[in-house]
Parts: sequence; structure tokens; C-alpha cells
Amino acid sequence: MILDVPELSLVALVGISGSGKSTFAGTHWKPTQVLSSDFFRGLVADDENDQSASGDAFEVLHYVAGKRLAAGRLTVVDATNLQSHARAGLVKVAREHDVLPVAIVLDVPESVAWERTEARADRTFGRQVLTRMHRDLRRSLGQLAKEGFRKIHVLRGVDEIAAAEIRYEKLFNDRKDEHGPFDIIGDVHGCRAELESLLGELGWKLIRDERGRPVDAVHAEENRKAVFVGDLVDRGPDSPGVLRLVMGMVAAGHAICVPGNHEQKLARKLNGRNVQLTHGLPETLEQLGAEDPAFVTEVRTFIDGLVSHYVLDDGRLVVAHAGLKEAYHGRASARVRSFALYGETTGETDEYGLPVRYPWARDYRGSAAVVYGHVPTPRPEWINNTICLDTGCVFGGALTALRWPSREIVAVPAAREYYAPVRPLTAVAAKPDTGLDIADVIGRRHIDYGYGQTTVPAENAAAALEVMGRFSVDPESLVWLPPTMAPCTSSSVEGYLEHPSSAFADLRAAGVDRVVCEEKHMGSRAVVRVSVSGVGDAIWTRTGRPFFGPALDEPLLARVRAAAAPILAELETDWLLIDAELLPWSAKAGGLIRDQYAGVGAAGRAALPAALSVVERVAGRGLDVGGLRDRLELRAAEIDGYSAAYRSYVKPTDGLTGVSLAPFVFLAGAGVSYAKKDHDWHLALADRLVAADPEIFTPTRRMVLDLADPAAEAAATEWWLTLTGAGGEGMVVKPWAGPAAVDAKGRLAQPGVKCRGREYLRIIYGPEYTRPEQLDRLRQRNLGRKRSLALREHGLGLAALDRLAEGAPAWRVHELVFAILAAESEPVDPRL
Amino acid sequence: MLLTLTTTHRPATDLGYLLVKHPGKVHSFSVPTGTAYVLYPEADDDRCTAALLLDVDPRLLRAQRDAFELSQYVNDRPYAASSLLSSALARVFRTALRGASKDRPELAAVPIPLEIRVPVLRGTPSLVTRLFAPLGWSVTATPIPFEPGIGGDSRYVDMRLTGEVRLADALNHLYVLLPVLDDGKHYWVAPDEIEKLLRSGEGWLAAHPEKVLIARRYLAHRKALATTALQLLEADQPATEEEAELPVARRAPLAEQRRDAVLAALTEVGASRVLDLGCGGGALLAALAKDLSFTEIVGADVATRTLEQAARRLRLDQLPERQKDRIRLIQTALTYRDDRLRGFDAAVLMEVIEHVDLPRLPALESAVFGHAKPRAVIVTTPNVEYNVHYEGLTGMRHSDHRFEWTRAEFARWASETADEYGYTVTIRGVGEADETTGAPTQLALFTIKEVSA
Repeated sequence: MILDVPELSLVALVGISGSGKSTFAGTHWKPTQVLSSDFFRGLVADDENDQSASGDAFEVLHYVAGKRLAAGRLTVVDATNLQSHARAGLVKVAREHDVLPVAIVLDVPESVAWERTEARADRTFGRQVLTRMHRDLRRSLGQLAKEGFRKIHVLRGVDEIAAAEIRYEKLFNDRKDEHGPFDIIGDVHGCRAELESLLGELGWKLIRDERGRPVDAVHAEENRKAVFVGDLVDRGPDSPGVLRLVMGMVAAGHAICVPGNHEQKLARKLNGRNVQLTHGLPETLEQLGAEDPAFVTEVRTFIDGLVSHYVLDDGRLVVAHAGLKEAYHGRASARVRSFALYGETTGETDEYGLPVRYPWARDYRGSAAVVYGHVPTPRPEWINNTICLDTGCVFGGALTALRWPSREIVAVPAAREYYAPVRPLTAVAAKPDTGLDIADVIGRRHIDYGYGQTTVPAENAAAALEVMGRFSVDPESLVWLPPTMAPCTSSSVEGYLEHPSSAFADLRAAGVDRVVCEEKHMGSRAVVRVSVSGVGDAIWTRTGRPFFGPALDEPLLARVRAAAAPILAELETDWLLIDAELLPWSAKAGGLIRDQYAGVGAAGRAALPAALSVVERVAGRGLDVGGLRDRLELRAAEIDGYSAAYRSYVKPTDGLTGVSLAPFVFLAGAGVSYAKKDHDWHLALADRLVAADPEIFTPTRRMVLDLADPAAEAAATEWWLTLTGAGGEGMVVKPWAGPAAVDAKGRLAQPGVKCRGREYLRIIYGPEYTRPEQLDRLRQRNLGRKRSLALREHGLGLAALDRLAEGAPAWRVHELVFAILAAESEPVDPRL
Repeated sequence: MLLTLTTTHRPATDLGYLLVKHPGKVHSFSVPTGTAYVLYPEADDDRCTAALLLDVDPRLLRAQRDAFELSQYVNDRPYAASSLLSSALARVFRTALRGASKDRPELAAVPIPLEIRVPVLRGTPSLVTRLFAPLGWSVTATPIPFEPGIGGDSRYVDMRLTGEVRLADALNHLYVLLPVLDDGKHYWVAPDEIEKLLRSGEGWLAAHPEKVLIARRYLAHRKALATTALQLLEADQPATEEEAELPVARRAPLAEQRRDAVLAALTEVGASRVLDLGCGGGALLAALAKDLSFTEIVGADVATRTLEQAARRLRLDQLPERQKDRIRLIQTALTYRDDRLRGFDAAVLMEVIEHVDLPRLPALESAVFGHAKPRAVIVTTPNVEYNVHYEGLTGMRHSDHRFEWTRAEFARWASETADEYGYTVTIRGVGEADETTGAPTQLALFTIKEVSA
């Protein structure tokens, strides 16, 4: 005997003790798929037969079953399930997860069961218990369907049980093996003419019957299918015509159709139910009245056979009339069907008396694209990977199609307003609320970002939330944050902690053969977003804060916008994201310099001469001051070197006067990440900005060299020495191939290593760091953590740009940017 | 770092006896942070100067500090007088600090003419004067300027004190006040520091007009310790949070009045399940917790540290279970939607909105009024018009305030927000109102309009 079981279901075995349930389960399913009440009694009470533990055991069993079903795993419950209250618990769990409850009854003669029971040492109950169970089983058989079991298989006798085979059946809504391509068409509402022209636009050829009525359509691409999101009927001029065409396409296998609430209501009316004749139903009935009764019967059969939603294209696409939340994808229950047909409402009504819909799309976090209709919107817009295609054709809007997988939108305008809307189409908020949810960022989170995986610890997320919540620009604009950068391996060159030779060696080791050495500007990191329209433009710091405040940021952005306009035009993008350094350091960090760096300088330059004068007078009295004077003199020289180092990054600024930006990477534009472009490309664009406005942009000096060329390396080292000798911070050595460069094994490479100047490092490691014993100790610094952090942040940033380019929902970009900020809370030596 | 002590008492070289350090020698001592030297750049009958020079070894210093701080490597510790110097002073001049002297006991007991110079010390001239002048010193404190390229004065002064003071008193003044001026102790301040403070401050601290500041800073701002010390000195309680940065006179009462006004508003709307958004250290939560008519209290803040403070303040870990179950503390940022905040009777935003950047305020409105959607929202914020009454206040009332509104500005915001999200709003003043400027705090009470079913 073959038992059909839906792929995802909760299977309850029903049978008296000794009926062979465990053996049956062991034969047909993996041990992990089977939840046995004996086992759970053992878990909670150390005794599989302790009936007093049954309450707790079932509580745990239901919990585990729930977890499995939520994850979409078939679950079998091995318990007697002879009492209706026990089965009710299982039906409840199945319904909570919108899967079908299935009962498989093992009905063996009581004598067989008694024989088996007597053979087991751990079963001590008497025959009368078995008799009672058998009586319960008889009673149960008639109740299973009423209790909600959607499939009931009864196996009578030992032989039938032994011969049974399980056959899995797919749910009706499972069309994952269909890959399209698809043309998904929004709510038609009887607008046959518009449907015909839309199909024409999409390349479909209509097939007409002898009376010239379209009854099918074919497409040159053999596999292409049309998908209708429902609401074919009501309000419009020719609902029967639309039905005739769609039914024909579905019958021919050229289209798939899910029902809308209007079909649902029409079917109820056709089935003789009492429904309110409103919302355009009378028009449809009138039009159908002119049709052949056989056609009306066909319509009724067609609608009755529609499945409320489909999961298509390996689960990447879900189509349902009113949308569908993730937990309901591929599930089957009354509430799934109801959601798919009507959506969810909050119970409130708006000023037009229409129900207020719960914004499920705003909360949607699934990876499948959900395409739906139902609510007329002025234009189709992706919200968190969902899109509504109802553009109110019947209300004088347009009939819209989405092509899958290209995601292209094709629409034809309505010839006229066929039906007056209760609520004007434009009354919908101009910008859909995609607002970010705290649940997207807090707590311990595991993120697979394509270039790798990372777990954000809860405490880092908490720290990042504080920064993001209190200081950052609008998180939805904050689409990228600069990653930290690791220094080169500590140098063994005498007197140097960092030296070009180590930087080149690092890149060579990573399998990079061509590099660009870029002057490292000592200022404040700045990420700039400028656009053609100026809307949403912003400049933010490495932690996502607004830069100076609107009074200065706005004019600065205006200058960038003006200079970048030709580049935007040439790249054919509406906006551009630029990674840059804002100079001078003192413009943004003036307070820090005064409080921290210059303060130490002032204190040192006052204290050391005072101490030296005391020591000299003591020496003048003929006393031996030993090495103290030498030590103080060395210190005095060191503090002077230190002071000179920070002083070269302090320049007077007044408002924007004296402020400039040194751009070096052009991260992204509309629909594109430029991470794969080489650095010549990036720097050439930077040069064009400098040429366009030399006052507001500073060029980045650089050298491109092949690491195989020792002469070039020597020249680059010389260049670095000159640069740092003149007060420069140092250089960054990057793989020439660009930000997304990979190493020899094809893994993401470090985007660069920094090599900082000898004098500059005094403000990092202290005035006296160049003393040989200190240098020796500093050379032991551990770079491993910094490197892995730098690479992780870089990968997260690239992934954010990729997702942005794909048009991913705001939360998907934000979770990555947030993870970069959270990574910055890791305890890594800030001097690296 | 350096300090010099000069006397013109004749014979001035008696200073060597008082300090128990011979003027003809270079004395050096190993101390935990480096080497301390006592040297005499001049020593004759008319004038004798002892210098205490601490040569700080940064490596030894580093071992004592927290890891991963940039300031560990770039700091003023080797140059500015601080607790390092006062520790060295206590070690090197232990006898003199006690006022004892084997060789010159009479001299140790009487005031002598003294000049003290500390060439680099954190502080402002006025603070240095406020601290030393009441002790009988004539004070010169010259700010140390930055280099011309940077301009202005640094946070350091070159301090000179002259006066007729008993040497032991002078040393005790320095021992206590150098770290107070520096305000950054190099070691963990344990309760036994109270005893040290009281011992060194004997005879002068209790009457010092700045004793509150001295106790707080000396005890590294550990409130509990400072309070104990001040109680022992029979002093007043220190003031509370939000108004802590305001000039003294106006502090505590307003915070209390505001809290009472919020509680009254909550009672008025009959709220029993309450959100305290931006609860901070829990000032309001504590009051809510005491009133059993509030059956569910959620304190939310963006900063985990202040939530920990709030938990301590509420003694959450010691409350009986039933009490504790009424109160929850959660971290959230009001610029995100948060489902945990839905379904409450009332939300309080007490002195919160002014800590949000103006461009981000719509996100807060959407999260609170649009998403959390409590039946009532109570918002308090400063009335900037009232600021003229705070003598000495420049700028805003708190360093983290992003804006402060006039009554008209607040009223406009409140009515626009109420309109957008379907609330009605009434506004009232909190605190003693002035005829022209109004009350110091303004409170808006929003109540939701009934939803048509």
C-alpha cells in the first residue's frame, strides 16, 4: 500500500501500545525525523515509561516539533495518539506552522499487541490497559478528519503495515522547478484591451477564436510564462474576455494564475452563496450574463482550482495576490490562503473607510522576491524585496508587468478611468516606509556577506547602536563606512618601525605583482555622496557622523557636486559615492589636537627646559648630575620632533577656506559598484575633480610599480623618504587592480597596507619611540588581529556596495554597515 | 615633572634639615613610576631651593594603565605635575610632611617664608587661585601658551606660590591639590584614599570653600567615596545629573519638579504600563517603581552603561521577584522601529529629544508616535528662553544638547507631530515660571485620538 504524504507535514502515528509504531517509524524515516513520546519522557524524567512525566514530555516534544516545522522539516510523532486531546496538541502545532497534519493509523489485532507487550520487560501494564487502548483506537478512527487531519491512512493488520510505502507529494504551491522566464502581470480587473496591448508589448502573440476573441497567447521564448497575480475580474469593461484569455493561457500551459479576492467572491456567488453585490461584482455578473452558461461553469471550475500562492524558480520568487510573509511561503493552511487573498489588516480604517493594511512588506526580511497586487499604488516600487504590481489600471492608472528574472518593469497606461476609486491613487505616501527595525541590528548576529562570514557579538552591536543611535547620519543614507587599514609588517631596517620594503614584501606575499603607492593624506576620513539632484547628499566621518554640521557641509557638498557633474554624466549615474580624506587634520580634529597632541607638546616644551635649568644650576654648584642631564636633553629633542610632526597637519581654516578634499576611490554609483575598477581609473577621476576645482580638491601623489622591478622599488622608497621627510604621513600601497583585488588563491586581498613615516609615528607611539630599545619592543607588535579586522571590514563594505548596486532593501545594506561599525569596537590596538 | 621649594628663612640651608635631604648632595630614589631626584640648584644662607624632579619611565607607567589606549603612549605624564609627583613627594619627604624634624623641631612647627614653583601643571589660573589662595598663598599662575601655529593657551599653567607657611602644611597642600588640579589619578582609588585625604587635609580642608570639588576630584569622581568624605567633613550632598553642569543655585529642585510633573501627567492619563524612553541613569524609573499603580515599567536607553547604572539604582538584582517583574530595562535607539515598545499606555521622553540631531528627529517621531504608538506620550525639553536666568551659562544647558527650543518652536513641533500621527497635544510649563521667559522646562502631553473601528 502506498501512503501519500506531503513533503512538509506533521505525521502523527496512531496505534495502541505494541502496534509497531517505533518499528514502522524506524523503517521509513531518519531517527532525527521521529519524535517519540517515550524518548521525551526519558529526557525529562529518566524513565521512558513514567506516565506522570507525560505532560512535561509532550510540552518539550511540541516545542521541538515546532522548531522543526518552522525550519520546514517533515516531522513524525511516535506516540499512541489515542486521545483526542493528545492529537489536538499536534494539530495545533501543525496549524501554528501552517503545515498539513497527517495521521497514519496502525491497526493490529489486540492479541498481537499483547504478545509483543508481554515480550518486553519494561512494559508492566495489564491486558485491560491494552483493551482500553483498543477501544480508544476504534473511537478515534471516526474523529480524525473532524479533528483536522488532512490525510488519514489506516493500515490494517501486520502484513499491510509491513508492506506500506511512503510516497512524498509536493504541495500544490510548490513550483520551484519552474524557472521561467516569467512575465508577472498585475491586477487586470476586466481591462481586456490593456491586457492585450501589455501582452503585445511583452512579445506575446494572441491566438483568437473564430469570433476573434483572444483565447490564448504564445511567446517566441518557449519557456516564458505569464503569471497573473489575481483580480482578473470586476469593475472593468470585459471581465469575461480577460477570463477567457487567461483561462486559455493557463490551460495551454502558457500561464500561471493565483486567485484574487475578487475571483474568490465571484466563485462564491457562482456557487450560490450569498455575497454582497459591491466593488464591481454586479458589472461582472452582468457581463457573464451575456455569456454561454457553459463558459460560466468553466469559470467557476477554473477559480475553484486556483492555488492561493506559488513558490517559483528554486524558491527565489513567490507570487500571491495580496503578498505573503516569509513564514507562509510554501505553507498550506486557511490563514495562509486568507493572507494571500486579502493580506493582513490592523483592524483600523482610514479616512475613506477602507481597512488599514498591516505593512507586512516593511517587516519582510526574506530572500525570495514576493510579487503581488491587490493594493493600487501610483507606481511599482521594490520594498524589502517585495513589489506590488497593481497600478490601478481600472482606475485610469496603468497595467504593469514585471519580467523575471530581469526585474524589468513594463507598463501600458489605461485607456481611461473605468471605475472611480474610493481613495485617490495618489493618496498613498510618496515614499514607502522601509524604516529600519532594531531587530535587524541588535543581539548576536551571524552574517554571510558573500566575501566571508562573520558573527557580530551582542556587546559590539550594543556599542555600535550607541554610536549609530546618538551620532550618525540617517542610517538609510549611510550606505558604506571606510574599513580600517593594517600597517605593513614591522621593519627591521635600523631606526624604522615601518618601511616601504616591508610594505612591498607584504603585497608580494599576497601574490600581487603590480601596486600603486598612494600618498597617505593626514586629515580626517570623509565619505561623500553627491547626486545630480542634491537630494540625499551627505558627507560623513569614519564612524558615520555628519562632518561639520549643515552650515559647512552643505556648501562643501555643493562644490563637490558642481565639480563632479561631468563625471556623473559620463558614468551615467544619478549619484556617486566617493572615499576621500578631508584636509587639513585640524579642520575637523582641532579640538583633539589642542587637547591631546599639542597639549602634550606644550607641557613637554615647558617642563624639560625648566628641569634642564635646575639640573644645570646643580651641576654649576659642582655636583655630579650624571646621566640625568643627557636624558633630559634627549627628551627635549624628542618632544621637539614630536611637536613638529603634529604641527605639519595644522593649517589655518576659516569656514571652508583652507579646507580641501583628497578623493581616492569612487565607490559606487546608481546600480553599480566601482570596486572592480583599477586604481588608475579611480585616480584619473580624482585628478579630474582636482582640475575642475583645484581649491576644494587636493591631488593624491602616487607611483605605480611592478614588484618584480627592484629599480622601481628603490625609486618608490626614495619617493617615500622624500614625502615623509617633508612632513608627510606616509603612503598606502594598494594592489593596482583595485579595491576588489584578489590574492593568488582568488580570495579577497587586503585593499592596501599603510607605511607611515618615521617622524609621523612619534604622534602615535610617543615622542621617544625611536629609541632602540623601544623600537625593538614595538617591532614585536601583533598585526594579526588588525589584519583580519581590516579584511573583514573591507569585505563587509564591498558587500554593502554590491547589495546597494543590486537594489537590495535598505536593511540588507544597513546590517553590513552596522557590522563594520560594530567591528570597530573590537579590542585592537588603535595605534596600528 | 618638577617642583621647587625655596625659602629665604635664615639660614636658608636649614631647609635641608627640614626635608632631611642634604643640600650638598644629589639624592635619587627609585619610585614605582621612575626615579625621583632631590637636588638643590642653590643653597646658601639667604636663599635655598630644593627641587623635586621625577624622571618618569614611560614603560613603568604603561604597566599601570589600561591596555589599548592611545594616550598611554602620547601623554603629558612625564611633564605635568600630577598624582605621580605627589606620590613621590609623600615618599621622599615623608618626615617633613608629618611636620616632624629631629634637627630643627621648632622651625618645623612655625611658618617660614616659602616660594613654590611648579612649572607645568594642569589647570586654569582661576582654579589654581581658588584652591591655593584660601590657604594663605599669594598665587601667580601663568597659562602656558601653544606654539604660534596653533595659538591660544594650553590647559597647563606655570604656578608660583609665595607665603609664610609651615613647611609641613605647604607639603600637604601640594600633596592634596596637585592631583586635584591634574584631575587624573594614576592609580585605582580605593576607600582608604578617604583617610589619606582627611589626614593630609587636617586643619585646612574642612574650612576650604572648594572642599566639594577637592573631595570629588581627589577621590577620582567616585561619588560614594566623595560623599563619605564630605560627610566626614560635615558637608552637603552633591547635586544630580542633568543639571550637574548648570551653575549651582538652580540645580536639584527643577529635576524634582520635572519628575513630579511627568508623574502627574501619567496619572492624569491613567497609565499603568509605561515606557521611559531615554531613561538614562533611572531617575524617573525609581519614582515609577515606587508607585504600584504602574504595573509594567520599561526603561529604554541607547547607552548600555547608563542602563547598568539604572539597574544598580533600582537595585534590580535585589528586588523580590514580583517587584522585579514589573520593571524591564532594554537597549534601543529611538531612530529605529522597535516592536518591543508597542502596546503601552504611555511613553515618557523626559529631556531626551534635545539629545537627538534635528534632522534625525522625524525618525524618532516615526518610531515613537508611528510605530510604538502608546496611548499617551509625554515629552519634556528645556525652554531656551529661560536660559537668560542661568548666570554664567554660555551656550546650551548640557554639552550633548543638539538644540534647545523656544516655547513657540516647541509648540509648533508638538502640534505638527500630533497632527501627523493622530494625537492631540497640550503644553505646559514646569518649574517656576518667569513672566517674560516662561518656565525653565516645557512639557507636552500627547494623547491619541480614538481610532475608528
